[in-house]
Amino acid sequence: MAFCYVITTMPNILEEINKRILVLDGAMGTMLQRYEFSEEDFRGERFKTYPVPLKGNNDLLSLTQPHAIAEVHERYFEAGADIVETNTFSGTTIAMADYQMEHLVEELNFESARIAKQVANQFTKRTPDKPRFVAGSIGPTNKTASMSPDVNRPEFRAVTFEELRVAYKQQVNALIDGGVDLLLVETIFDTLNAKAALFAIEEVKEERQINIPVMVSGTITDASGRTLSGQTVEAFLTSVSHMPLLSIGFNCALGAEQLKPYLKRLSHLTTFYTSAHPNAGLPNAFGAYDQSPKEMQSLIESYLKEDLINIIGGCCGTNPEHIKAIAEVAKNYKPRSIKTYAS
Amino acid sequence: MIASKSNTYLTLSGLEPLVVTPESNFINVGERTNVTGSRKFLRLIKEGNFDEALSVARDQVEGGAQILDVNMDEGMLDGKAAMVRFLNLIASEPDIARIPIMIDSSKWDIIEAGLQVVQGKCVVNSISLKEGEDEFIRQAKLIKRYGAAVIVMAFDEVGQADTYERRIEICERSYNILVDKVNFPPQDIIFDPNIFPVATGMEAHRLNALDFFNATKWIRENLPYANVSGGVSNVSFSFRGNSVVREAINSAFLYHAIQHGMNLGIVNPTMLEVYDEIPKELLKHVEDVLFDRHDNATEDLLDFAETVKGTKKDDERKVLEWRNDDLQDRITYSLVKGIDTFIIEDVEQARLATQKPIEVIEGHLMTGMNTVGDLFGSGKMFLPQVVKSARVMKKAVAYLQPFIEAEKDGKQEYAGKILMATVKGDVHDIGKNIVSVVLGCNNYEIIDLGVMVPPEKIIQTAIEEQVDVIGLSGLITPSLDEMVYLSKAMNKEQMTIPLIIGGATTSKAHTSVKIAPHYDHTVVHINDASRAVTVVGNLLQKDNRLYKAQIREEYDKFREQFLNRGKRKEYLTIEEARQNKYNINWETSEIIKPNQLGIKIIEDFDIAKLEGFIDWSPFFRSWDLHGKYPEILNDEVVGEQAQELFKDAKVLLNKVLNEKLLKAKAIFGLFPANTVNDDIEVYNENGELMETFLTLRQQLKKREGVPNHALSDFIAPKDSGKQDYIGAFCVTTGFGTQELASQYEAENDDYNSIMIKAIADRLAEAFAEYLHKEVRTSYWSYAKKENLSNEDLIKESYKGIRPAPGYPACPDHLEKKTIWNLLEVEQKIGVKLTESLAMWPAASVSGYYFGNPEAKYFGLGKITEDQLKDYAKRRRISESEARKWLSPNLIND
Repeated sequence: MAFCYVITTMPNILEEINKRILVLDGAMGTMLQRYEFSEEDFRGERFKTYPVPLKGNNDLLSLTQPHAIAEVHERYFEAGADIVETNTFSGTTIAMADYQMEHLVEELNFESARIAKQVANQFTKRTPDKPRFVAGSIGPTNKTASMSPDVNRPEFRAVTFEELRVAYKQQVNALIDGGVDLLLVETIFDTLNAKAALFAIEEVKEERQINIPVMVSGTITDASGRTLSGQTVEAFLTSVSHMPLLSIGFNCALGAEQLKPYLKRLSHLTTFYTSAHPNAGLPNAFGAYDQSPKEMQSLIESYLKEDLINIIGGCCGTNPEHIKAIAEVAKNYKPRSIKTYAS
Repeated sequence: MIASKSNTYLTLSGLEPLVVTPESNFINVGERTNVTGSRKFLRLIKEGNFDEALSVARDQVEGGAQILDVNMDEGMLDGKAAMVRFLNLIASEPDIARIPIMIDSSKWDIIEAGLQVVQGKCVVNSISLKEGEDEFIRQAKLIKRYGAAVIVMAFDEVGQADTYERRIEICERSYNILVDKVNFPPQDIIFDPNIFPVATGMEAHRLNALDFFNATKWIRENLPYANVSGGVSNVSFSFRGNSVVREAINSAFLYHAIQHGMNLGIVNPTMLEVYDEIPKELLKHVEDVLFDRHDNATEDLLDFAETVKGTKKDDERKVLEWRNDDLQDRITYSLVKGIDTFIIEDVEQARLATQKPIEVIEGHLMTGMNTVGDLFGSGKMFLPQVVKSARVMKKAVAYLQPFIEAEKDGKQEYAGKILMATVKGDVHDIGKNIVSVVLGCNNYEIIDLGVMVPPEKIIQTAIEEQVDVIGLSGLITPSLDEMVYLSKAMNKEQMTIPLIIGGATTSKAHTSVKIAPHYDHTVVHINDASRAVTVVGNLLQKDNRLYKAQIREEYDKFREQFLNRGKRKEYLTIEEARQNKYNINWETSEIIKPNQLGIKIIEDFDIAKLEGFIDWSPFFRSWDLHGKYPEILNDEVVGEQAQELFKDAKVLLNKVLNEKLLKAKAIFGLFPANTVNDDIEVYNENGELMETFLTLRQQLKKREGVPNHALSDFIAPKDSGKQDYIGAFCVTTGFGTQELASQYEAENDDYNSIMIKAIADRLAEAFAEYLHKEVRTSYWSYAKKENLSNEDLIKESYKGIRPAPGYPACPDHLEKKTIWNLLEVEQKIGVKLTESLAMWPAASVSGYYFGNPEAKYFGLGKITEDQLKDYAKRRRISESEARKWLSPNLIND
C-alpha cells in the first residue's frame, strides 16, 4: 500500500511517564452505542451491498463513520486523557473473518491510527506542555492458542501461534504506518496469544529498525485471580517479561475494586511501569455498568494512595465523565516509583 | 526505550511461577516424560496412549518435580507431532500445567514446535556451539523472542568439553555471545558443563567430577546470574549393578555439585541415597574418587565396593554355586544366561529321569524358555541374550533328536507353524532371522524359505504346510511393492492366513495404507522381535476373532488418520525447484582433475585394514540395542548387554581377520563429467558420452534462501565451460558370508550366523569409507592434506560426498544399473543386482563420488507428478514403470 504518514511532532512518552500519571481513555464501544448506528450506518456507501450483516463491527466505523470515531477521541482528550486507543480491537484477519473482511485489515488499522493521530496532534498543538499520544489497540482475537474449544478433543487448537503471529504482524505494521506512538496488547485472556503478538512486534521492530513502546494488559477473569488460560498474576508476568515493555497491567472483566489485589501483586513484582483500565464496576442484572464517575474516582484514588499506578484509564462501561473524574484525582498524585520487592 | 529490568533470578512459569533464588533448594527436573530415558514412556507414546503418558507427567508433578522435561527424540516417532500433541494435552491439565516445561530435543524444529504451544516461560534443552556461532545465535535469538530460558551444553565446533579448561572456555564464549550479541538475559542462561562417569579405571577420567565441580564454581563466580544444571546419574555409570555404591556416588556428587553452585538438574530420586546416611568409610572412598585425592582412589573404591552388599564377589560365588541347584533350575539358568557348557550333561540327566525324551523338551526346556520369554517380554533380557538362549536350546534339542526318533511315537508339539521369507528381489535377512529365532524360542515351528523368495513359492508352501502365520521381510524400497503384490495374490487364492510385515523400510503407515486394503484377512506390521511373540501369540490363541477385529480396526483407523493428517506441505513445480537450485560459483570454485582417470579394480584386499574404519552404532541397532557407540557400552539400560555383544563380535571379527574368512573386492572409476539440467553426463577420456546419471530434485517449498537440492548441483554445468569430474564405486566384503552363516546354522548356532552377517555389513561400510579416503587423498587427490581421525570419518566430516542409490539423496535404485554398466561391476568383481536391484552378496556398498567442497548430503523428500513425468521421459521408461520405482517418494502415493 502506498500510504505514507509524516510525523510532525515527536513527543516522548518516556519523558512524560516519569513526570506524571498518564491517563488512558475509556471505552470506545460504550460511546459508539450513543450514536445508535443502524445496519445502513455501519455499511455506509461503500459496503451497501456487502453479503454479510455488518452491524456490530465497530472497527469498520473507522471507514464508514470516521467522524464519529474522531469525535469519541476528541471527547476523551477533552476529558483529560493523555493516550487514546485506536478503534482496532478486532483488527486482525482472524477476528475479521466473522465479517468476511480479512482483506480490509490493513486499511482498517491504517485509517483508525490516522484518525486518532490527527485528533491527538490537534490537542498537542493546543497544549504543547501536555502532549497527547495514540496507542494502537491490539485485541486478543476470538480464538485461543493454548486452549481447545472442544472439550472432547483437549489436544485440538482452533488457531496456531504461527497463524496469530502472521495476523498480528500485519496489524502492527498497518498501525505503525498509520502513525501510532505506541502499541497496546490488551485484554489478554490467553498468554500464548499475547506471546504471538509480542513475537510479531519484535519482528516488526527489527525489520523497520524502530523502537516503539509496548504496553501489555492482561485480563483476570474472575475471583479465582487467574487469566482465562489459568495463569496466576505472577505466572502471567513471568511469561510476557522477555520483551522490553513500557508497561504491564490489567484491564476488563473486573471493576476497580475487584482488580485491586491483583494490581497490588503485579505492582510489587514488576520493574516495568504499571497500567490499569478496569470496567465501571461489575455488570448489573441487565449486563449494563452503573458505577458512577464519582464512585470509580474514589476507588481509583485508593490505587494512587498506595502508589500502584503509572497509567490509568477505563474499560467497559466507562465514558468521558469517568475519565474526567479519574484525571482530576490522578493529577494530585505522583506516579508509582519503580522498585522491586524481592519475590 | 526502557531496558528489561526484570529481576536477576531465573524465573519460569507454568500456570504458576517458579523463581530460582539463591535461597531456593536445588531445583529438581522431572525426567520420566522422556522417550530416550524411559522405556515405559516411549512405549506409551509409540502406542499413542497419551492418557497414560499424561499420568506419567502427573506422577512427576505429584512426586515433587518442579520442572517437567519432555523429550520425543525417537527415530520411529514423528517427534514434532508427538511433542505438540503431548504439550497441548498437558495445557488442559491444570494440575500438570502448574509447573514450567523443559522442551528437550536435539532437533531445532521440535524445539520450535514446542515453544509455539506453551503459554508459560519454558526452558529449552538444549543449544550449543556445536554447529557454529551463526546457528547458535539464530536459535538463541528465537528462543528469546519466544520468551524461554535456555540450557547451553558445553559443546563447540571441536567437540564436547571434557576438561576444566575446555568447559570454562566454551561456557565463557557462549555466555559472551548470548549476552553481548543476542542480548539474552543472563539469568535465563543455564549451563550444562557435562557430567561424565568417574572410576572408570581410565587415567583420562580421573578428573571428571572435580573438573565439573570447579567449572561449576567458575561459572557461578565469573558469569553473572548464569545457572548450572546437569544429569546426575551419569556420574556413577561404572558401578552399574552395585546400587549401594551407585547411590552413594550420586548423592555425594550431587551434594558437592550443589555446594559448588549447581542449582538445578535431572536426578532420578530412586537412585539417590541420603548424603548423611552414606556409611562413613564408603563416603570417604567415594569422595576420594570424586576429588581425585590420590592415585589409588579408584582402585580403593573398587576394592571397597566388593565388600558392600550386592557386590561382585557375591556374583562370582553365585557363578560357582548355581551348579548345586536342582536340575530344572540349572537348565533354566543355562538357557537364561546362554551358557552351553553344561547343557548336554543336564539334558542327559533329565532324559534318564523321564519316561520319554520328548518330555525333556516339553518339560524342562520349555519351562526354561518360558522364563526367557517372560524376561524378554518385560524388558529384562535383550535380543542378543535371547538369541544366545536359542543357541543353547537348539543344542539341547539336537542332542535329544536321535532318542526321540528311536522312540518313534513322540513328536514335538509346537505352538504353531510360521513361514518366514525375505521377498523376491531382496537379500537382506538379519532382521528376519532374528524374528525366526525369537519365535523358535517360543516353541513355534519355523519354516524359513530364506531370501529372494518368489511369491508363488510363498503361497504354495503356506498352503502345503498349512502354516498358521506368514512373515514377510525386506530392507530395500522395491520390496514394499513385492509385499503389496503378494497380499493381492494371497487374496486371489482366497487365503486366510494372517500376514506379518517387517523390515527396515516397512512401516505401520505403509502396511495400513498399501497392504491391508488388498488383503481381506489380518495384516500386522511389526518393528521389533519382542512384539512378534506377542502378536503371533494373540493370533494363534483359540478365539482370535476379537483380536483380529481389533487389528483390522486399528489399521483402518490408522490409515484414515494417516490419509487425513492435517500437515499439507507446499511443493514447488519442478521448474520452480530448478530455478531455486543450489548455486556453486563455477568461476571461483576450484575443480581438481583426478590423478588417474578411468577404472580401477582392487582384489584380495586385506580386510584387517578396515577394523579402525568400522562404525559400530548400526551394528548395535541391528540387535535392537539402541544408542551411539561407544556411549552405548556405558548406557544405563543396555550398557551391560552391549558390552557382552561387542565382546562376542570382536571374537568373531578376529577369527574372520586371522583366518581370512571373508573376501573383499572393490571397483571404482573416475571420469570427466558435466551436467545438463538435472542430468550428469559421464564421459570417457576422449570426451565421448559413456553414461548419464539422472538425479532427482527436492520439491518441498523451503524457507527463504534455502535451495532445492539435486546431486547434479555439485557438478559444473556443460555451458559453464568448465570440465568437472565424478566417480562411481562398488565395494563388497560379502564373499564367504553365506558359507560361514550356513556353517553356523548347521551347528545350531543362530547367534553367530546372524553375527557374521551383521559384521560383514559393517565391514562393507568400512570398506566404502576406506576407499573413499583413498580416493580423496590419493586417486583423485582433491584432499591430499586431509588428516582425519576414524571418528571424524564416521561423522563424515570430510570434503566431498559418496551418496548411494537407494538412500535419501538419490532414492532411485535404477541408478545402480547405470553404475553397473559404467564400471562393468558384475563382470569385474562379481557383485550382482537382483530384479529389485538389491546387491548380492548383501554386504556390498555402491555409489558415486562428488569431490566439490560444497557437495553435501541431503534427503530428497517427496516429489510431485511433474517431476515424475519429466523423469520417465529422461529415463526413457513408461510413466507407470517410473511410478513403480519412485513410489516411496511420490507425494500422492
